[in-house]
Amino acid sequence: MALITQRIDVPVLVDESKCLEKCTACIEVCPLDVLAKDPQTGKAYMKYDECWFCLPCEKECPTNAITVQIPFLLR
Amino acid sequence: MNISTNTQWMKTDVLVIGGGTAGTMAAIKAKQANPDGDVLILEKANIRRSGAIAMGMDGVNTAVIPGHSTPEQYVREVTIANDGIVNQKAVYQTGKLGYETIQELESWGVKFQKDAQGNYDLKQVHRVGKYVLPMPEGKDLKTILTRQVKRHKVNVTNRVMATRVIVQEGRAIGAVGFDVRAGHFVVIQAKAVILCTGACGRLGLPESGYLYSTYENPTNAGDGYSMAYHAGAELTNIECFQINPLIKDYNGPACAYVAGPFGAHTTNAEGHRFINCDYWSGQMMLEVWKELNSGKGPIQLKMTHLDEDTISEIERVLWANERPSRERFHAGRGEDYRTHGIEMNISEIGLCSGHSASGVWVNENAETTVPGLYAAGDLASVPHNYMIGAFVFGRIAGTHAIEYLQDLDHLAPDREFLEAEKARIYTPLNQPNGIPHTQIEYKLRRWVNDYLQPPKSEPKLAIGLQNFIRYHETLDQMGAHDPHELMRCMEVHFIRDCAEMAARASIYRRESRWGLYHYRLDFPEKNDEEWFCHVNLKKDEAGAMRLFKRAIEPYVVDVDLHQEAYDVAVR
Repeated sequence: MALITQRIDVPVLVDESKCLEKCTACIEVCPLDVLAKDPQTGKAYMKYDECWFCLPCEKECPTNAITVQIPFLLR
Repeated sequence: MNISTNTQWMKTDVLVIGGGTAGTMAAIKAKQANPDGDVLILEKANIRRSGAIAMGMDGVNTAVIPGHSTPEQYVREVTIANDGIVNQKAVYQTGKLGYETIQELESWGVKFQKDAQGNYDLKQVHRVGKYVLPMPEGKDLKTILTRQVKRHKVNVTNRVMATRVIVQEGRAIGAVGFDVRAGHFVVIQAKAVILCTGACGRLGLPESGYLYSTYENPTNAGDGYSMAYHAGAELTNIECFQINPLIKDYNGPACAYVAGPFGAHTTNAEGHRFINCDYWSGQMMLEVWKELNSGKGPIQLKMTHLDEDTISEIERVLWANERPSRERFHAGRGEDYRTHGIEMNISEIGLCSGHSASGVWVNENAETTVPGLYAAGDLASVPHNYMIGAFVFGRIAGTHAIEYLQDLDHLAPDREFLEAEKARIYTPLNQPNGIPHTQIEYKLRRWVNDYLQPPKSEPKLAIGLQNFIRYHETLDQMGAHDPHELMRCMEVHFIRDCAEMAARASIYRRESRWGLYHYRLDFPEKNDEEWFCHVNLKKDEAGAMRLFKRAIEPYVVDVDLHQEAYDVAVR
């Protein structure tokens, strides 16, 4: 099977200047498990575009580093 | 990445699959009944924020509070709204046990709305009785339940998804699944299994085309419907789909249950009311469908006539609970309740007994037709059960399961079964360049819309069914790069099973019933003579899907269905 990688506008935005490298609060609460740590920077990012825009990641982030946008197709 | 496919073995007395509303309650109740019993919640997300109430709930929709209504009244109302196709004994449990459930939740710190005298402040949304109890502070429900789970010393394993229940010697003896992060295979031996995996919310495709913008929490992919089916349990009323009137594109509730009691109402584009009751029923949805197809649409939830204080209060509730991102959706479109109606549309179809009636067959003790296998919550066939019904049946399932298993021992799972399931699960990982699950899921769910979305007709349903059957081969071509993608792949298997069940059950019932939920253009009338019964289905010994009629259990509350036909149209 031939596969390509596509660019996608993702709903969950992380302010890397606020994201704490040792914290995984957002990753642990996401029902769809779509957030992960960038192994290079230690910052959280949206790894899979599978968002219910339900907001636990944003609410539970201790430094307000996360902003959830309504996914583009619905916005 | 390095993915382990080693096997992790676990052992428990009661295994609860799914730690949402019903699951957390089932586990707590099992521990209360027998503190020495081992109870394990297996959750594919994290119980702190999982399931339908991950972000709380703005109210109890089916609260039967003494002095306001009676269980009998409630059973009557639900029976009529379901055109008589109910197991009343099960519905009665929700009416009878809801009050003590609410009191227990209150003792744990859940807040319900009270009036100045300290009485529960119930609102009328149903056609006759008052059953809606607002919870303006309901946003932390799940964190409160999680605290109780810990306090009751329930074991919790997060981020493991079950794929099959193990049945041996005629009873449920555990489950298998895999860790959705590390990837390893998980086998759990149990003496009783409670399925609490919620709705099949990822059945139809939302009009936006975004796979996860479903009404239900999209983690609820019909896991339990599929697992119960493969365990040999009966499912019922699958043709009675869940279809809801939702905010167009956003796909969450608008929400008339909250705003209605404040004076909001549903109107057509001309601003006229066309339904006299905002309670979600198939009959109400049929009126919505007719209005949208009459040239008088689109329809809207209208609040522009309300005063500033009232609108602010509605916003305060809606912006904090259940689907709080509503606020930014409206803001992004420059819409305000003060000046704009909320455009609503018909949702994608799903299976969910919490809102309609499609589920795994359970009796009043939350027992499925497989010994040792229980079901509670949105997937258990107690019509219109909503959140409080999930709590009630969680309680019943937990207490019955722990009592049932007293004299039972663990059974060693059959090695051949485990190996076969392991091979099935890991197929996509062994072919990482196979077709991505996103494309496979999209096409499957587009066909669900094309062929199953009401109004239904046999020729259309039959094409859908053939496509779903042939889709087995397509699923074999799925590829996954990591355990996370593997989780989504296995969910597509659940969705396919649900689509096939939905097609077959819809073809089988040759009449129309439940308003839009099962509206057959080729059989537009209700036919009580032939179809006043459940349509049940199960996997037979040869592995084929078999459909059959199941008689309605004798009523415990008299209802004259001819006198009290459910009609909410404004004429």
